[in-house]
Amino acid sequence: MDSTIIYTVAAIAILASLGLAVFRALAGPTVFDRALAANAVGNGAIMLLAVVGFLAGRPEFLDIGILYALLNIIATLAVLKFFRYGDLGHAGEEPVD
Amino acid sequence: MVLLTMMAVVTIGVVRLRNLFAVVILGGIYSFLMASVMIMLDAVDVAMTEASVGAGISTVLMLGVLHLTKMEEIKPAHTPLLPLFVAVVTAGGLVYGTIDLPPFGDPSGIIHQNVAPYYLQNSITDTSAPNVVTAVLASYRGFDTLGETVVIFTAGIAVLLLLKGRRPLPASGDGKAKSRTRRRRRRK
Repeated sequence: MDSTIIYTVAAIAILASLGLAVFRALAGPTVFDRALAANAVGNGAIMLLAVVGFLAGRPEFLDIGILYALLNIIATLAVLKFFRYGDLGHAGEEPVD
Repeated sequence: MVLLTMMAVVTIGVVRLRNLFAVVILGGIYSFLMASVMIMLDAVDVAMTEASVGAGISTVLMLGVLHLTKMEEIKPAHTPLLPLFVAVVTAGGLVYGTIDLPPFGDPSGIIHQNVAPYYLQNSITDTSAPNVVTAVLASYRGFDTLGETVVIFTAGIAVLLLLKGRRPLPASGDGKAKSRTRRRRRRK
């Protein structure tokens, strides 16, 4: 019973933080604000997944949370690499001409 | 409800913003919110697909497309009234269709009375697959799944052929390859 209250409060708090991150993604003046906000929304989705899993009595949802974290990392890396090099197929450092 | 409101806000942002890079990032955010809604509806597998395809693959693909075009979207030349009208009419029809639906998760709905009890009771003895979803997809609806696989296979072959046909063009030094190197130099 107590843990249900705790999880519900945590879910509401996560929803609030999601709302703040979405606001930053919409209002963010630079690309980095938006990339960070996208990452924060992904993290919020992971935490919401975990909390809802415990609320529904199925903590196996945590495995899917791990998958979300991996996806989040790949998506953020892709966005930042694109912004740095302008090309996803770039090998890394700038070639010396 | 809160998540759906946030999704609506993100959608309006996608429509209003003219910076395509921000629009791609907002699309990823939209997919994660959608995945959260799917989790709330207890459809974890759909949520997983939504997150991997919507937030992962399609973000990367959109960035790849963005590399070939410009960063800013030009102003549309026509008024958005006619598309808006079509969209509103379609949405009204869909909402009208949901009025007749049984309540969410209702076990006495028509769709749960037809063949689902037979699947749940006999799937292990019929197919000896421990997962009912696997049994339905691979055995009871095996021809359906085979057709889907053929469609996806054909699409994969078509994409491979297109990519293979595209390969020799930049080597012959046409305009696209030139503009690509020019853009890279400008960024430096």
